[in-house]
Parts: sequence; C-alpha cells; structure tokens
Amino acid sequence: MIEPRSGTPGTIDREIPSSLNQLYQEVILDHYRKPRNRGQLDGATHAITMNNPLCGDVIELMLRVEEGRIAEARFLGRGCSISLASASMLTGRVRGKLLDQALELAVKFTHLLHGDEALLSDDDLGDLRTLAGVSKFPVRIKCALLAWNCLEELGDVTDEDRGSA
Amino acid sequence: MAETAEMTDTRRATGAPASDDRPAATGRGDAGAAPGDGAWDLAAIRAQFPILSREVNGHPLAYLDNAASSQQPLRVLNRVERYLRREHANVHRGVHQLSAEATEAYEGARRSVAEHAGTTNPAEIVFTRGTTEAVNLVASSWGDAFIGAGDEIVLTKMEHHSNLVPWQLLAGRTGCVLRFVDVTPGGTLDLDDFDRLLGKRTRLVACTHVSNSLGTVNPVREIVDRAHAAGALTLIDGAQAAPHMLTDVAKTGCDFYAFSSHKMCGPTGVGALWARRELLEEMPPYQGGGEMISDVKLEESSWAQVPHKFEAGTPNISGVVGFGEAVRFLADLGPEAIASHEDALKRAALERLDEIEGLRLYGPREERTAVFSFTYGDIHPHDLSTILDQRGVAIRAGHHCNQPLMDHYGLSATARASFYFYNSPQEIDALCDGLALAAEVFGGLA
Repeated sequence: MIEPRSGTPGTIDREIPSSLNQLYQEVILDHYRKPRNRGQLDGATHAITMNNPLCGDVIELMLRVEEGRIAEARFLGRGCSISLASASMLTGRVRGKLLDQALELAVKFTHLLHGDEALLSDDDLGDLRTLAGVSKFPVRIKCALLAWNCLEELGDVTDEDRGSA
Repeated sequence: MAETAEMTDTRRATGAPASDDRPAATGRGDAGAAPGDGAWDLAAIRAQFPILSREVNGHPLAYLDNAASSQQPLRVLNRVERYLRREHANVHRGVHQLSAEATEAYEGARRSVAEHAGTTNPAEIVFTRGTTEAVNLVASSWGDAFIGAGDEIVLTKMEHHSNLVPWQLLAGRTGCVLRFVDVTPGGTLDLDDFDRLLGKRTRLVACTHVSNSLGTVNPVREIVDRAHAAGALTLIDGAQAAPHMLTDVAKTGCDFYAFSSHKMCGPTGVGALWARRELLEEMPPYQGGGEMISDVKLEESSWAQVPHKFEAGTPNISGVVGFGEAVRFLADLGPEAIASHEDALKRAALERLDEIEGLRLYGPREERTAVFSFTYGDIHPHDLSTILDQRGVAIRAGHHCNQPLMDHYGLSATARASFYFYNSPQEIDALCDGLALAAEVFGGLA
C-alpha cells in the first residue's frame, strides 16, 4: 500500500501494515511481556551464554538433561521482543524432547525463518510458527535465532561429552 | 523558522569553487549548491541529495541515522566521478599530466580539509581511513614512542569504541594505565572527577568532542586547558563535531584532532588526523611502504616529510578528492547557517519528543547536538527501528559502539534519531507518527 505522507503535521496514519501485524502477533508480544521459564535453573547440566554483539542482545540458556532427554529448560537474558519470545517458546517446546529431537527442531525452525512455508503445517513447531513473519524481515532473523544458537552450541558440547565418554 | 535563518558566514557567499572545479554537466539542483542569496532554502538543499527523494517501504525516506553516516550531495558524487573519469593516476609519482592532475586534486583536498579544520598549514593534515584509523595512528606511532609502563591516559566513559579500544591495545603493549572520567546522570562529563584523575603521570587526555549517542557537546577548551596544566597532551575525537560546527583546532587548543569524511557529506573510507607539526615531526611512521619514504636501502630507510611520512601506500585518492569537495560544500553552505538550521531542528524535535508519554530521552538539554537517544516504554529499540522503517524512517538501534556508556545507564540498547542540516520538520513528524504506530502495534506501552 503506497500512501504519500500527509503534509499536515499531526495527521497520524495509524493503520498497521500487514507485515508488522504478522511480525508482532499477540502470542509473540505475550511471550515478550510474560516470558515463560525465565530465571535461573537449579541443577542445570548444560548452560551457555551467547550475545549478538551488533545489537547487545544476550541470552543464557540452561538445560537439565537426564539420560539424553531435556527434563527442563530455562533462560535468562535481555533483548528485543523477537529474541525473548523465541527464547521463551524454545524453553517450552524442547522440554521432554531428546536432545537430538530438540536439535532437529532447531533446524526446522531455522528453515521456517528463511521462508519455508511448508513448515507452517508442521505441528512439531507449535507456537513457534507465529515467528514465521520474521522471514519478511531478514535483519531480524538473527534475533529469533539467538536462543537456538545457544541450543545448538550446547548440542555440540554434548557431542563432545559423548565422544570423550 | 529554520528556513529563514540568515547565512551570516559570507566568506564563500560567491564562493562556489572555481568553475573548472565543477562538473560540466550538472544534475538538477547542483547549480544551487551555494545559497548565496543568504536564505536557507531547504528544498534546494535537499534537491542536491538524490537519495533523500527515494521511498522506503512505500513512504518518503526520513533519514535520521546521520550520526552513523551522512548522505552525499551531487557536488561530491560528481566530483568523484569526474576524478575517476578524467584525472585518475597515482599521486606523487608520475611526471605525466594525469599524475600531476591527480596530485593536484589530492593536495587540493588537503588544503580544503586543512581550512575546514582551522589550520593554515596543510602539512598538519594526515589522511587516514577515518577517525578510527586516525586514533589508531596516534596510539601506535605516538603511543609506542612516548608511552611507557605506569604512564596514564585519561579517557571518558562516553568514548566511542574507536577512542577506547586503541588505547586498550596500547595499554596491553606498554603497561600504561587507563583512567576514565565519569559521566553525570544528565549525560555530561564530571569535570571534578576529571580533575581528580589528572596527575603527574598523565601523558594524554583523549576525549570526544560530541558524544555519538547522547549528543553532548563537551567543553573541549576547558578539558584541553586542564590537561595542558597537568602537562598532558590532548586528543579530541571530532567525528561527531566536524560535520556540524566550524572545527577550529587552534581554538580548542588540542594537540590531535580526528574526524571522518563520511559523516560530513563525503565518501566512506577516508578521514583525517590533524596534529601540530612539531608532534608529527617527532613521531615515528605509522606504517611502512611506498609514498612515506625519502631514501630506501636494504637495511634501513629515511622518511618523507610530514604528512607523507604517515601516508604509506597509494591512498584512497578518489575518496580524498570527494572529502575535499564535501568540506567545500559545507563551507559554501556556511557553518553558521548549518548550525542555525540544526539548532532549530533540535529544538523542534526536543519539544515534540517531550510530549510523548513513555519516551525517555538521554543526554543533556543544553550544549547538545540534534542526536537523540531514547527508550520508549517497554518497546525494545530494535522493534522500534523495524516499525519506524516500515514508515520509511531510518533510525539506529543498539549500543552505538558505546557499550560502557550503555552499561553506565543500565541499558543494553537505545533507539537513536540523529539529524543533519538537510533534515526537515516533516521528518520530525514522521518520527513521532512512527512512534505512535509502534505503540499501536504493541497494544500500548507497558
């Protein structure tokens, strides 16, 4: 929709462009303002902090892994609505999964953010599908992936653990 | 208001560069580069910046990220193109015609930049890749030669990373100690703290002229005088000052002054270090190579005269030529006219931003430039920037290469809107409308 800006100061066009409505869905804003599983995880077996040096977002992801299965996931950190909502959803979504399953989810989620629309019907992604709107804003993909990068790093660490065991 | 500001600086009122210095075929608006009739004709000025007339996401661009990089006028674009089309050769080397023309264009730019910096001696201008390299040059050349373990360098907590990290590296090499002047809650330097930090071991005070995130204009003369009284030299980071005010290095009294082309209507990848000639004479070279030598033997060499001693290798000639045209462009507009229009924009923006509930502005009220760092309710700056971008409004979100300052305020990021002389009051409206839209998207502020 192309609409020249009105020359009259004070005339405010408050119609929200659909791209923004898709990006900032209610579910996302809800996770941003009321993050799930935010806080220290007692008895964590795995923890990592990653940041996005360009924008200052920081996420610490903590997992309690029991026999290869994620018994609990929590996070700490600060960032924009997209990075925090993504972290909040991650912690809920990976709980109870085998670590390998969680890593598979990370791959699917990454593809979703890069515009793979077939994944919109993948129930495994659950609420994460509300973040699909990020694909229209390429510079924000790194926000949505920050917590998932933590998960993937922890997966690598776990591989090393297995290798050395 | 701003459009009627008198252009009181008439040094160059008629002073478009000599006609042979202008492109033969001028684009629209190019002819009106100098508003010699004394009026500030914003429409004519904007017409000289082709990029300002483009649309972004279906809206007219409102470019409010000038503290990061400014846009280039036709005069600069055309001058660079003419250089590349007609005059290019390597500088200071050839006997042939093109080399002579390229050298004249390059050294002519040095004279223009020297004039902008307020020195009568072009040899005191060293071309660098930008402010960052200018600071690194001083830290490496002067620092390695004259700084030792236990010597102290006083910085401030509002320095851009480019006037912080080079000194950290120097401290790592030499064992010198870095000290940091505190910033008041109002966003100004705590000069009492500064006095406490100055001591017998202080060798250098390195301080920004204007804060890139708060817009604070620091009392440079005062800082320089106190540093000199303590026996220290001074380096001023002028990246955010040189674009907006007449930079008179003699008036600041400082010893080193660094600034960048691309924040003042010139190309990227070029900037300048001004330093007093005696200092440049006694400093060792920064990098070795061609251009900077006088006589080379297999085992040792002697150095070229300043400033060439510091310009190893083939320089960014077209960038320097564009830089020279940019400072002539600014001189033709008139520094006082620029300052006057920016001041009007600043006051108008402050007034509008003050009215917005939930908006928190950082930095001082007075002695500031039109750079506004703010937060808005619980909407993260990245989200603000994305939403404003959908309205064609370009602002920066993040720590602005100012992480220690952000930590000082307990922030991880702010939104920053930074204005330049070509911005319009309508662009303040666009910013405020965009913020209203952001509140709408987020269903209000929390």
